[in-house]
Amino acid sequence: MTLYTLTFYFFAIITVCSAFFVVTTKNVIYAAFNLMLTFFGVAGIYVLLGADFIAVVQLIVYVGGILILILFGVMLTNKITDSEIKTGVLQILPATIVIGLFFGILIKFMTQTKWHVVNMVVGDKGLRPVGSLLMNEYIVIFELLGVLLLIALIGAASIARK
Amino acid sequence: MNTISLVHFLVVSSVLFTLGIYGVVTRKNAIMVLMGLELILNAANINFVAFAHFGNFGLHGQLAALFVIILAAAESAIALAIVLNIYKNFSNVNVDEIDEMRE
Repeated sequence: MTLYTLTFYFFAIITVCSAFFVVTTKNVIYAAFNLMLTFFGVAGIYVLLGADFIAVVQLIVYVGGILILILFGVMLTNKITDSEIKTGVLQILPATIVIGLFFGILIKFMTQTKWHVVNMVVGDKGLRPVGSLLMNEYIVIFELLGVLLLIALIGAASIARK
Repeated sequence: MNTISLVHFLVVSSVLFTLGIYGVVTRKNAIMVLMGLELILNAANINFVAFAHFGNFGLHGQLAALFVIILAAAESAIALAIVLNIYKNFSNVNVDEIDEMRE
């Protein structure tokens, strides 16, 4: 039972339990804060997989950007005159049966495939290889994503205006 | 060295994906549907990064995860702008009560 195994189970249990609370609670604010905990758990899993740059980008963009946006959306689309904001559900039982079936099939195929894996080498992963890949092979996608973010910004601002 | 293999990460990713689909299908509030969608995107990202670590083909999976994060941010901004407009027109954001076109 190494430290790596303990850390993996810690982050995996945090992620899965808070994702379960996101989709089953009736209080919207509880769901938003459990989503934040899920994002933290996923960032920990990224660090365990040797992707430290992606982990920090996840924390900055998801927790610091998208979650704040979701909280603003919750605040602006509910009448917060009473103490807590509740929401309803639609058709739990058929959804549970079908999704349980889907999950069973997915797990069966995932654990019974012979994956061609190499042993974990934590050698040349990190910021420098990712940066050099981004600037050399994925430069066109990088520039196009800049243009796409500009379009998304202008579009969102002009949709949400009066 | 240790007993955590690729399958452990794939199981975590599948559980997150299934819970995300459950959230999208079951929830009535439009913002909760968006939260389920973010869970689905995070599950796919874990898959990408896990295969980039355990496979034999370099770090292209990490860059795919980076692009997915960027696109999820843009899409969530526009989705929330649309939800705000829906709230302005219908005064609630329950997805089963928004069933008529304008006028």
